Amino acid sequence: MEKFIGKSVKRREDARFLKGAGKYTDDIKLPKMTQSAFVRSPYAHAKILSVDISEAEKAEGVVAVFTAQDGCGEYGVPCGWQVDFKNGETMREPQHPLLAKEKIRHLGEAVAIVIAESLELARDAAELVEVEYEELPAVTDPKKAMEEGAPLVHDQWPDNAAFDWCIGNDRADVEAALATAHHVTEVEYHNQRLAPNAMEPRSYIADYDVNADKWTLYTSTQNPHLIRLLLCAFALGIPEHKVRVVSYDVGGGFGSKIYHYTEEALLTWASKEIGRPIKWTSDRSEAFLTDAHGRDHVVHSRMGFDKDGKIVAHLTDEFCGLGAYLSTFAPAVPTYLHGTLFQGVYTTPLIHLNVTAPFTHTVAVDAYRGAGRPEATYLLERIISKGAQEMNMDPTEIRLKNFIPPFDGVEQPGYQTQVALQYDSGNYHGVLKRGLEMLGYEDFRKEQKEARENGRLLGVGFSTYIEGCGIAPSAVVGALGARAGLYEVGQVRVQPTGKVSVYTGAHSHGQGHETVFAQFVADKLGIPMDDVEIEHGDTEQVAFGMGTYGSRSLAVGGSAIVKSIEKILEKGAKIAAHKLEAAEGDLEYAEGKWTVKGTDKSVSFGDVSLTAYVPHDYPEGLEPGLDFSSFYDPTNFTYPFGTHIAVVEVDPDTGKVDLKRFVACDDVGNVMNPMIVDGQIQGGVAQGVGQALLEEVVYDEGGQMITGSYMDYAMPRADDLPMIETDRTVTPCPHNPLGVKGAGEAGAIGSTPAVVNAVVDALAHLGVTDLQMPLTPQRVWKAMQN
Amino acid sequence: MIPSKFNYIKASSVSEAVNLLDEHGFDAKILSGGHSLIPAMKLRLNRPEVVIDIGGIPGLDVITEEGDAVVIGANCTHQQILNSQVIYKNVNILKQTAATIGDVQVRNKGTIGGSLAHADPSADYPATVLACDATIIVAGKNGSRNIAATDFFQGIFTTALEDDEIITAVRFPKIAHGNYHKFYQSASRFAVVGVAVVFDGSGVKVGITGVADTPYRATKVEEAYNGDSSAAEHAVDGVEVMSDHFADVEYRSHLAKVFVKKGLEA
Ligand SMILES: Cc1cc2nc3c(=O)[nH]c(=O)nc-3n(C[C@H](O)[C@H](O)[C@H](O)COP(=O)(O)OP(=O)(O)OC[C@H]3O[C@@H](n4cnc5c(N)ncnc54)[C@H](O)[C@@H]3O)c2cc1C
Repeated sequence: MEKFIGKSVKRREDARFLKGAGKYTDDIKLPKMTQSAFVRSPYAHAKILSVDISEAEKAEGVVAVFTAQDGCGEYGVPCGWQVDFKNGETMREPQHPLLAKEKIRHLGEAVAIVIAESLELARDAAELVEVEYEELPAVTDPKKAMEEGAPLVHDQWPDNAAFDWCIGNDRADVEAALATAHHVTEVEYHNQRLAPNAMEPRSYIADYDVNADKWTLYTSTQNPHLIRLLLCAFALGIPEHKVRVVSYDVGGGFGSKIYHYTEEALLTWASKEIGRPIKWTSDRSEAFLTDAHGRDHVVHSRMGFDKDGKIVAHLTDEFCGLGAYLSTFAPAVPTYLHGTLFQGVYTTPLIHLNVTAPFTHTVAVDAYRGAGRPEATYLLERIISKGAQEMNMDPTEIRLKNFIPPFDGVEQPGYQTQVALQYDSGNYHGVLKRGLEMLGYEDFRKEQKEARENGRLLGVGFSTYIEGCGIAPSAVVGALGARAGLYEVGQVRVQPTGKVSVYTGAHSHGQGHETVFAQFVADKLGIPMDDVEIEHGDTEQVAFGMGTYGSRSLAVGGSAIVKSIEKILEKGAKIAAHKLEAAEGDLEYAEGKWTVKGTDKSVSFGDVSLTAYVPHDYPEGLEPGLDFSSFYDPTNFTYPFGTHIAVVEVDPDTGKVDLKRFVACDDVGNVMNPMIVDGQIQGGVAQGVGQALLEEVVYDEGGQMITGSYMDYAMPRADDLPMIETDRTVTPCPHNPLGVKGAGEAGAIGSTPAVVNAVVDALAHLGVTDLQMPLTPQRVWKAMQN
Repeated sequence: MIPSKFNYIKASSVSEAVNLLDEHGFDAKILSGGHSLIPAMKLRLNRPEVVIDIGGIPGLDVITEEGDAVVIGANCTHQQILNSQVIYKNVNILKQTAATIGDVQVRNKGTIGGSLAHADPSADYPATVLACDATIIVAGKNGSRNIAATDFFQGIFTTALEDDEIITAVRFPKIAHGNYHKFYQSASRFAVVGVAVVFDGSGVKVGITGVADTPYRATKVEEAYNGDSSAAEHAVDGVEVMSDHFADVEYRSHLAKVFVKKGLEA
C-alpha cells in the first residue's frame, strides 16, 4: 500500500480553486435573497445627533432599513477573553452594538443597514440615509490614548485602559539586574498596525426559514462552531440547535476571520425581521475600515548583558492598542499570546513585561498571523542584534551564547521559562547552524566587505524565533482568561464499503486540510488516499469544533482524528477476531488488514467495515457500526522554532531596500507534506517581509485612515521577494500523536526582524542602530543622512 | 464598489463624441480605457450621468510615422505603445515610459489619451510628453486644434481641454536620445518621481512628474546644463514640491535630483 505521510502530495482542493470553481459565500445565491449595504460613519469619533431613513425607505427596491432604534441584538457581539487589571479590577468590557446608537467610536462604524432587491439599489438607497453627526476629537495612538486628557473612547470609565497586565519576574529584581549589568541595550519603536488583507473579503448570507423556525448563516469564517456559539448564546440569544453555520471555501483569513463580527449577527437578526435571506459582502474599502487589524504595540524595552554577552535581564513596557471595542480574541493577543514568548530561545534569567492596553478610536485590533508572537519575536530579535552591534559582537555569536541547550522533551525534560510556559522540545543551535550553512556566512561577510569598499550597502540579518502553537490546553487557557475550551473534535465515519469520511472541527481557508488530513488518515488505516474524504465547515455535518488559527489544525485537530482512528481500529479488531476465530491479542493490523500473527490468515479493512454494518455473523454484545468521534484537548502548546536570515542591499541614493536572499530553516516537528509546509513558510515570509518593508495602516490625528486602499497600503508583490530558500530540521513534538508542531504562522513570525536586522547591518558603519518599520525608502534614506 | 446609475453611449465617430459632450456638458464623461474613470466611479467620487465611450471610434488607435514625427491615436493603449516598432525606433523614450505604467492588465486597457486627459500629478506620460515637446491634438465642436505640451497641464487633474473637447492624438517629434527614469510609489506604483530627459543637440529638455501638483519642465536644469550631471541640483528650483505619506518635501526633492542626475548621465 502506498504511504503518504512525508510526501509532497499535490493539493486536492487546488483543482477547484484553479478552475475558479471554489464555493465561496459570495458565490451562493438563494431564492428570494436580498442584498444589503451599510451606512458607515465618516468620522472616528462623533455624536450621532439624528438618523433620517425616510428617503431611503421610499427608494426603489428597498425592503427594509434598520438602525439601532429597531432593537437589533441588544447584547452586542461578545469578547472571548477576559484579562483583568493587575490590581484586580475587572477588565473594562464595553458593549459592542451591532449598529452604533448614540456615539461613533471608529471610522467606518455602521449606523444603518439598507436591505434591497439588488446590491445596486441597496447602495443607492444607503446614500439617502441622512445622519447628522457632531464630530469629536479622536485618539488613535495607543500611547497617546493613555495620556492625561486624551479623548475618551468610552465615557463611563476615567481613562482609556481596558486592562493592564504583567508577566515574568518581579520588576524590582529585573530593574536591579539592569542597574548592575555590564551593558544595557534599549529600543523604542511602534510595532505598526497592519491590515490583514485576505484575498476574499468577508461575506455573509443569513437565511431565516419561517416554516422550520431555523436560521442558516453562510459565513466566511475560520471557525463556524465558535461563530454559532457566540451568535446564539451572546449576540442574539437564539437557540443554538436551531442555527446552522456554514463556511465552505474561504479565501484566506490570517486571523481576521476568526472573530464574530457585528455584520454577521445583524444579518441573522434582520433575516428574521424580513423573512428573507440577506447577503452582505464587504468591498475592499470596507475591509480596510472594518476587518480587525493586527499588531499596534508601542514598545520601550531594555536588555542587560554581562561582559561576555550573556543576557542578564530584560524589561519591557508596552502600550498595545485594542481599538474601539474588544474583538473576540483581542485581550489575549498582547498578553498570553505575547508575554509568554518573552523567553525566546534564550536562557535569560530575569524577564518582566508590563502591558497597558487602551481603547483607541480605531477598528478593533486582534490576532493577525502570529498574533502576539511576531511582536515578541520582533522585540527579542531586534534588541539582541542591537546589543551585539553595540558590544561589537557577531550577531550569531551572541545568539549561540544565549541559546537554551537542546532538549527533546522525552529524555530531557521540557524547558521551564520565566514566563509561565514549558517548551516541549527544541534544538536552537541546530537551526542556526543549518541556516548559516545555507547562507554561506563567511563568504557573505567577505562579499559585504568588498561591496562596502565600492560604496555598495549589503547587510545580513538574523532571527532565531520560537512560537507557541497547537492552541491550546483548555484548563491552561481557562486559567489565563479564555472563555472557551481550545480542544478539537475529529470524527471518523467508516462507511459500509470501507470508504472513510472524516469530519473535523478545524477549518481550511487555504491551508490544505483536505489533502494533509487525508494523507495521515490513509496511512494510519492502511487504505488508499482516494478512499478518504475530509469534511469541514458545516455545523450540521461536523459535531463541534473550535476552528483554525494559532497553527492548531494538525497538532490539535489532527490528534482528535488520530484518537478516533484508534477507536476504529480497536473495534475493528474485535470484529476481525470474530471473523478470524482468533483472539484479539493474536492479531496485528498493517497494510489495511488484520492478520493472525505468524499466519497468512487475514481479513481486510473493507470486510470488517461491511460486517460492522451488516452484522449477521457478529461478536456478541458489540454494537454495529464503525463511527467514532473524539475530543482532543492537548496537554501543552507546541513550540516550533527556526532561523531566518535575510540578505539585503540598500540603494545609497534612494534608501530603497532590495531583499536579495531569504534563508529559512524551520523546525515544525514532523512534516506530513513538505510542499505544503514550504508553501506555508513562503507565504508567511512574504507577509513578514511586508511588515518589515511595506505595510502600515496609518490613521491621521482625527482618526481618518490615510492608507484605506491599495493606492496607499503597500502589499508585498512577487517582485519584492527573492526565491525563499527553505530547509528544515525535525524535532518531533513529544506530546501529540503525530509529533507535529504547526507551520501556519512561523514564516510571518521569524522573518520580520531578520529583514530589519539586515538593513541595520547594511547601514551599521554609517552609525545606524535603529529603524522604524516599515522600512520605507524615505525612512532608510533619512536614517543614512543623520 | 458599485457606481451610481449612468447612461452609457457608445460613440462611433469623433464628431458624435464631441456633440454628445457638448449636449450633456458637465453631466457627461468620456470613457476610453476606463482605468482611471471606472475606479473613481466605483468609489462614487465621480458620478457622471452619461458615459460616452470613445473606445470603438475607428482610427483613434493607430500609430503612424509622419515625416519627422510620430502620431499616436488617443486610444492607443500603453501596451500598444510598448509593443510598437515605430515608437521603439523613433521615440524610444515613450516606450520606456509606457513600460513603467501599472501592470499588464492596466497597460492592456489604459490609453495615452485617457492618461493625459486625466492629468494625475503622479502619472508617467506627462514627463515624457513635456520633455519631447509633444503636441496634443484635440477636437471640439468648433473643429480641431493643437496644444503644446507645455501649455496642456494646468494643475491636479486639470488640463487645457475645453468642456466640449476630446484628445484625438498626440504628436511626438522623433527623439534620438532620451530616457525615462521613475521611482515607484511602493503601493500604487505610480511615480513618486518620474523624470524624462531628452538630449537635443548640445542642450537638454527635462520633464518631471510626481514632484509638483502639475508636471513641469525643469527649465533651471536645462539652463544650467553644460554636458555633465551637475545641473541636476536645480531639479526643483522654484517648484512647490508635494508632500505625502511616502515622500515629504525633503525626500521628494532629493529624489528629483537623483533621478534627473540619472537621466543626465544615461
Ligand atoms: C492598478 C492601476 C495602476 C496604474 N498605474 C499607473 C502608473 O504606474 N502610471 C500611470 O501613469 N498610470 C497608471 N495608471 C492609470 C492608467 O494609466 C490609466 O489607464 C490612465 O490614467 C487613464 O487612461 P484610460 O484610457 O484608462 O482613461 P479613462 O479612465 O477612460 O479616462 C480617464 C479620464 O480621462 C478622460 N478621457 C479619456 N480619454 C479621453 C480623451 N481621448 N479625451 C478627453 N478626455 C478623455 C475621461 O473622461 C476621464 O476623466 C494605473 C491605473 C490602475 C488601475
